[in-house]
Amino acid sequence: MDNALKEHINQALQKGIRLDGRKLDEFRPVTIETGTLSTAEGSAHITCGATDVMVGIKFELGTPYSDRPDEGALMVNAELRPMSNPKFELGPPKIDSIEASRVIDRSIRESKTIDEKSLCLKVGEKVWKVNVDVCPLNHDGNLIDIGGLGAIAALKTARFPKLVDDQPDYHQLTKDGLKLSCIPIPVTVVKIGKNFLIDPTWDEMSVADARLTVTSLEDGKLCAMQKGGDAPLTIEEIDSMVDLAVKTAKELRKKLK
Amino acid sequence: MTEAKEKSTLHVKDHDVVVPGEVLAEGMEYLPSQGTYRKEDKIYANQTGLLILEGKVLKTIPLASVYLPKKYDVIIGKVIDILMTGWRLDTNSPYSAVLPLKDATFDYIKKGTDLTAYFNLDEYVVCKIFQVTSQNLVDVSMKGPGLRKLQGGRIIKVNAAKVPRLIGKRGSMVMMIKSATDIQLIVGQNGLVWLNGEPEKEMLAIEAIRKIEREAHVPGLTERMKKWLEQKTGKKIEIQEMPEEESYDHRPSRYNGPRRDGPRHGGQHEPRRDGRPRRNSPFRGSRR
Amino acid sequence: MAYKKRHDGRKPTETRTITAKAGIIPKADGSGYFKIGNTEAFAAVYGPHELHPRNKQNPKQGLLRCTYNMMPFSGQGNRVRPGPSRRSKEISMVMEKALTPVADLSECPNAVVDVFVELPQTDAGSRCAAISAASIAMADAGIRMRDMVAAVAVGMVDGLAVVDLDYEEEAWKEGDVADIPVAMIPSTDEITLLQMDGRLSKEELAKALEQSLPTFQQIAEAQRNAIKQRYADAAKSIKE
Repeated sequence: MDNALKEHINQALQKGIRLDGRKLDEFRPVTIETGTLSTAEGSAHITCGATDVMVGIKFELGTPYSDRPDEGALMVNAELRPMSNPKFELGPPKIDSIEASRVIDRSIRESKTIDEKSLCLKVGEKVWKVNVDVCPLNHDGNLIDIGGLGAIAALKTARFPKLVDDQPDYHQLTKDGLKLSCIPIPVTVVKIGKNFLIDPTWDEMSVADARLTVTSLEDGKLCAMQKGGDAPLTIEEIDSMVDLAVKTAKELRKKLK
Repeated sequence: MTEAKEKSTLHVKDHDVVVPGEVLAEGMEYLPSQGTYRKEDKIYANQTGLLILEGKVLKTIPLASVYLPKKYDVIIGKVIDILMTGWRLDTNSPYSAVLPLKDATFDYIKKGTDLTAYFNLDEYVVCKIFQVTSQNLVDVSMKGPGLRKLQGGRIIKVNAAKVPRLIGKRGSMVMMIKSATDIQLIVGQNGLVWLNGEPEKEMLAIEAIRKIEREAHVPGLTERMKKWLEQKTGKKIEIQEMPEEESYDHRPSRYNGPRRDGPRHGGQHEPRRDGRPRRNSPFRGSRR
Repeated sequence: MAYKKRHDGRKPTETRTITAKAGIIPKADGSGYFKIGNTEAFAAVYGPHELHPRNKQNPKQGLLRCTYNMMPFSGQGNRVRPGPSRRSKEISMVMEKALTPVADLSECPNAVVDVFVELPQTDAGSRCAAISAASIAMADAGIRMRDMVAAVAVGMVDGLAVVDLDYEEEAWKEGDVADIPVAMIPSTDEITLLQMDGRLSKEELAKALEQSLPTFQQIAEAQRNAIKQRYADAAKSIKE
């Protein structure tokens, strides 16, 4: 951890500003474009400041899990590849990428926004598997939030491929998509010194003492949480961070309209 | 001969942005130099850069590049390892540098002292490169005016190719930013920049630096930056040169190229090949 | 000649729409973007920087290392499993061979220039788009190179010599298809990548290559303009 940078960020935070001039509860400008990829059944190109991410949805036909024969499956994979940031290396997914994948996965899964039973084509034999792949082009922090938001945008606009002889023909998309029953939005709040910030940049994440990702729904209900970082959090702190996350999620949800 | 001259054509203008493989000129009249090369009767660029036309000579100033350590450069290095005999520094280049014990400070460092008391991991120092071998082994020294460990502040990176523009003619650009924002500012030749001051002023300085990086290739930069800084700070800015004491140009005043290792003149010349002694030599005998 | 008109109406020597950009990945030392039809490639250059492990270092000059990767949703059919495959490793290697001849890394011995290429969508010609994007990224990073490398897939579809085959043409079932990815140094017409899948005669090969020569110049111009545009945009924003 770069102590000089941390000192510096703290000094600016005492004055209520961040190194890029934002307020502590300010998100960088977000742009979302959906349906940009011809090879994916659903896609979103999302940018947030300098963080630039491609999310793609691929539908696969497969067999259901034996303990859930009438349900399809959702799988989320976030790749942290060296193109997007000099700190990443080639090789099998490291823990950061695994954590990002699993947190975004739980955000969507636990909200029950996708009715997994609706993905079933033949009980015990054939179900749709929905693959969500989050691929950053340029990573300047906050991949979980941005990847999660992009994933929902892509899922909303995804279309099933036509089944020809019981096999998906990816060159023909139907008009049917996934019906999302709610819109879960993950928001990561980081604690630096005594301050809480949202939408941390790469530098801010590298000096954060602790972070809490909270996924909330339209009615303010929480459906997933993840605490990270080395420092502990008090209950009061968690309370404030949850409030901040829910408030921010409401703002972000408007970007999906 | 005159026929060849008549056929020469220039395809670009002075201060154009040129890219590798671009045909700059045709015919034998023009001459290639840094950043350009000749193949048969055409001259091409071999690096993305700003074209400079000096008479018939075509050269480019790179618009982007990685820093390669050069003797006499003053750089900002980061301590990445503590060795038995000194410290290893990251120079923001493919080659790390070594700061030997004897060159770290004017104090005497006893053997066995805990070196982290002087410079610890992840600390930044302003140092000068005093040697670069052919295999790019780099030695640095901190004995010299202005060379020191950096406390506090923050470090940002700029592209090494933009450093000359950021420093400006005789330090004028750096001085302008400093006087407009009242912050401490040190620009390393290796593209690392250290700033220290009020957070808002620092952010303004960084904005200025990024603006210089973006617009380095557009003429009139100094005037533009002056106006921009005046507008942002409400202060009247004067373009002045850096005072000698603050200048980091520590090259010997009669700089004739890299110093070759060998006796300084003051010693004897080598005898002539045929053995005849030298007479009437101004360097005969030792210098007083 | 059963394939007389191309299925999308293009002329035999016409490429799909090309878009080229530079500087789109701020974290990288240099970056490039090349899109041809629905094949899209992002390339980022990091370096030259220190090369590990030591035993791979070349004391005479720097090394160029390419990594080609298809994003899982970029294939024409099923999802592509993440991670290196034999195909992507081979493509990474031929990319290195295609780009190394133009680069001058003599000033950075023992170092490595890493080129990462990621493709969000592909519709044939992906390795060629990758090479074209990588060249832009290298020039954007200020790497010394005598020229950029332009690449496109040429070939024959059922007797018709074509330039820039798309997926449908590559997969043409009604006749012989030859898919020939080629990379060329535009200022010297030297070929640095040549592969072929399919069946065709020596004469057909010559014809396919011959008629594609102007295309490399076209691509090279798009690549050069991508970089110039990046700097022109900065100049334009000053005037506003």
